[in-house]
Amino acid sequence: MNVAKMVDAKGLSCPMPLVKTKKAIDELTSGQVLEVQTTDKGAKNDLAAWAKVSGHKLVDMKEENGVLTFWIEKA
Amino acid sequence: MSEKKKKTTIILFSGDYDKAMAAYIIANGAAAYDHDVTIFHTFWGLNALRKEEQVPVKKGFLEKMFAKMMPRGADKMGLSRMNFAGVGPKLIKHVIKKHNAMPLPQLIEMAKEQEVKLVACQMTIDLLGLKQEELIDGIEFAGVATYLADASEGNVNLFI
Repeated sequence: MNVAKMVDAKGLSCPMPLVKTKKAIDELTSGQVLEVQTTDKGAKNDLAAWAKVSGHKLVDMKEENGVLTFWIEKA
Repeated sequence: MSEKKKKTTIILFSGDYDKAMAAYIIANGAAAYDHDVTIFHTFWGLNALRKEEQVPVKKGFLEKMFAKMMPRGADKMGLSRMNFAGVGPKLIKHVIKKHNAMPLPQLIEMAKEQEVKLVACQMTIDLLGLKQEELIDGIEFAGVATYLADASEGNVNLFI
C-alpha cells in the first residue's frame, strides 16, 4: 500500500488520535492513504465510525502487540 | 462533498472541571467530524474562560466577593464529585497525566486551534460581576439569540 502520510498517536488518549487523524487527512488529497498508529483501545470503534461518517474509506486495520494500525483512504 | 457543514452546540453551564472536560472533549471530537462547533458558556461555565492572572478592573464589593470565590480559570476548577476540598482535582490531574489524556486548559487551547467558537453569555458575565477583560482572548460575547441561531440548525445540542 502506498502510504502518503503517517500519524503516530501511540500513548495518546481520546480525543487526540481522532483530532490528529483529522488534521493529517486535511493535508492529503483525495485517494491518498493515511496510516494511523494508536494504542487507544477506544480508537478501534472511534476511527471506524469517523471514517464512515466523514466518507473516507477504512482500507485496512491490524492489531499487533497492543498497537492498532489503520489505513484510511481520503474521500 | 461541499454540502453545508453540520453543527454541534454545547451549553456549558457547569463550573466543574470534570464536566467541562467532557464538554471540551465532545467539542474537539465534533470539530474533527468537521462540524461547526459552538460552546456557549453561561453561569459557572464562564469560569473556564477566566484568565488565571488578576486583571485590574473596577468592581463593587459584591463583585469582588464573587471574583474571589469563583475559580480563576479552567485549571482552578473543582470536581463535581470527590472534590475533597481541592485534593480531588490534584488527583485527577495526576491520573490524566498518567493516562496521557489532555488536561482541561490544553483541551480549550486545542478547541481554539480547531476553530471551535467560544461564546460567553454577556448577561451572566454581568450577574457574576465579571468583566470582558478578565476572560481569555479570542472569544465572543453574546446572548440567547446567538445561541438559538446556532442551536436551531444544530445536529447535536448538549447542555452540560
